[in-house]
Amino acid sequence: MTLLAPARPTVLPSAPPRRKRNKQWIGALYAAPTAFVVGMFFVVPLGLVVWMSLHHWPLLGAPTLNAPENYAGLGDDELLRTAVWFTLKYTVVVTVLLFALSFGLALMVQHRRRGVGLLRTAFFLPAAVGFASASLLFLGLLSDEIGPVNDLLAGDAYVSWTSGSPNTALGSAVVLVLWRFAGFNMLILLTGLQAIPLDVYEAARLDGATRFQIFRRITVPLMRPTIALVLTLMITGSLLAFDQFWILTRGGPDNSTTSLVMVIYREAFIELDLGSAAAISVVLLGVLVVFNAIQLGVLRRRSQ
Amino acid sequence: MNRLLSGTVAATLLLALGACGSDESPAATGEAADSGATLTMWTRAATESVSKAYAAAYNATHKNQVQVTAYPNEEYPAKLASAAGAKALPDLFASDVVFAPQYASQGLWLDITDKFNALPVKDKVAPAHVRNGTWNKKNYAVPHTIDMSVMLYNKDLFTKAGLDPEKPPKTLTEFAAAARAVDKLGGDINGTYFGGNCGGCNVFTLWPSVWAAGGDVMNADGTASTIDSKEMAEVFALYRKLYDEGVAAPASKDEAGPTWLGALQSGKIGIAPAPSAWLGIIEEKAAFKVGIAPISGINGGESTFVGGDSIGIGATSKHAAQAWDFLAWTLGDEAQVEVVAKGKGVPTRTDLASNKYSSADPRVVTINNLMGKGKTPYAKNFNATYNDPQSPWNTAFRGALFGDAQKSLGDGATALTASLKK
Repeated sequence: MTLLAPARPTVLPSAPPRRKRNKQWIGALYAAPTAFVVGMFFVVPLGLVVWMSLHHWPLLGAPTLNAPENYAGLGDDELLRTAVWFTLKYTVVVTVLLFALSFGLALMVQHRRRGVGLLRTAFFLPAAVGFASASLLFLGLLSDEIGPVNDLLAGDAYVSWTSGSPNTALGSAVVLVLWRFAGFNMLILLTGLQAIPLDVYEAARLDGATRFQIFRRITVPLMRPTIALVLTLMITGSLLAFDQFWILTRGGPDNSTTSLVMVIYREAFIELDLGSAAAISVVLLGVLVVFNAIQLGVLRRRSQ
Repeated sequence: MNRLLSGTVAATLLLALGACGSDESPAATGEAADSGATLTMWTRAATESVSKAYAAAYNATHKNQVQVTAYPNEEYPAKLASAAGAKALPDLFASDVVFAPQYASQGLWLDITDKFNALPVKDKVAPAHVRNGTWNKKNYAVPHTIDMSVMLYNKDLFTKAGLDPEKPPKTLTEFAAAARAVDKLGGDINGTYFGGNCGGCNVFTLWPSVWAAGGDVMNADGTASTIDSKEMAEVFALYRKLYDEGVAAPASKDEAGPTWLGALQSGKIGIAPAPSAWLGIIEEKAAFKVGIAPISGINGGESTFVGGDSIGIGATSKHAAQAWDFLAWTLGDEAQVEVVAKGKGVPTRTDLASNKYSSADPRVVTINNLMGKGKTPYAKNFNATYNDPQSPWNTAFRGALFGDAQKSLGDGATALTASLKK
């Protein structure tokens, strides 16, 4: 080790310009695969969607420019209006419940104790099931024909949990999302909790702080970056909700659980109106960018 | 290695040239049309068994080989749309006959007007189906399968309820009376069943009663809705009453389609409108006898929804001549009798309604004879207007059956017309 050490300082400061340029090239080369993937699968499609939203875009044949018709038409779409309200409502409900549940679970399994490993695994396990598969699983469980839930909760009476009424349909979807995502969010929150140094807690306890005071004055403030991250993921995920409603409720009953992305899907693949579908996507993207900018702004300010 | 590669490339190019050559001459000889091409064909799950039966019989006697891929019913339109967007449509694809005008208008199928008109049997091919495959007076698709709506009833339950199992109801009012009689048996037996949350189901089962009464649901071009007519309102009122009285199974309200067949297979439903193709499927497993009757209007008459699938040649296909060879063969006597009729299906040719297989089962003759009395509705924007779960039709009929009927039909007609005009 000592033999090799002196060699380094002689090289680094006096690196010739050619070598430096080479290094830059190598750096660019390393970044190239990622740049290519991002460009090919993110920037190009994004540009295409914006371009598409300005055109009447048939499945086959040449598109014709019709801007701003696709955007102007959005205002008259009643289904879209229902879907916007529903998606916002769903986002609020899911974010509040999912956050409370995930944080609760994280606090529960925070410290090493007997059986905690088992609980952590059990809570996280649903995250290993694909979301579409999980939705199908719930569809089966909640079905009056083949599922056990109805027999347990309603006995012989007929109840449709997925399309009986707007509230039961939304409730079923929310329970599914909680079951599927609570463990994953618990894991992120858990890493945040464990990053708080133990000495801080110890000092607080020596100062005579109660458990609630410790939670409010130490845990929550030091968890802010993690909480902001988790909330960002939850809100973005909820605004883009599709699978759970597509499979579980098919947007019903009476369009009461039709999410925004389902409207985009309908415009594109049922109406075959790719231009309008692209226009809704662009607007939704704009909303998401604004949401995330606000959240990340808050996150940055707090962590400074 | 290099030589092998260039050899393969040259061979592929030659093959491609050969294929192009036969494309340019639509009146290609039988030999060129049956050149040993592999034809890809897509279909929806509901039609899979018939499509595969056609393909197997064709493959056995031809050099061309048809490979069938089936997709789940609900996902199929999206699959077709994305394939069209990627210019990667299969050589042949079938679609629900009511969606055919949309695909024809979007140019997803090749124009087959000349080829179709050269067929000797062209005037005997199910006319309503042919019309749905037409856009701007050009033919794009031919019938692939035919499925009609009929009343299916449980003969055993009819007997138990004191009804004559050989005398099915002749009017919709008699149908309601029979359902009520069976429902009185009590227990988990119900009089009737319908898809109360399924747009496609109700189009198929309720409209024939409107047609049988002399009414209609749309104008001829499929651009204006008339569901606020007296005939439609009466049909809704009758089914609504059956649901309110508990004669229709409670699950009818939420039935979105997937468990519809299961409900009728269970043997606990007296009489219900359903696809004729289910006759064989229900009988296969059921321990009860199934009767069949035409769907009637409130005071009589009979009609049916001539549904099923249309099929055409994918617009991006490189084997158009070979694909047409297959389509022309499916419309021939051999395919219609030995594949379709033998499998208890309805022939797509009017002149083959009675054949050596149908005469064995009088119920099949009843079904086949209905074709002339039925209709296939024509509308370009059919899927988005009626079948899709978020369609205005879904909102309208749910209102008419379970909500404010008068308002739903009035508002519904306006919303449907707006959607049809898109």
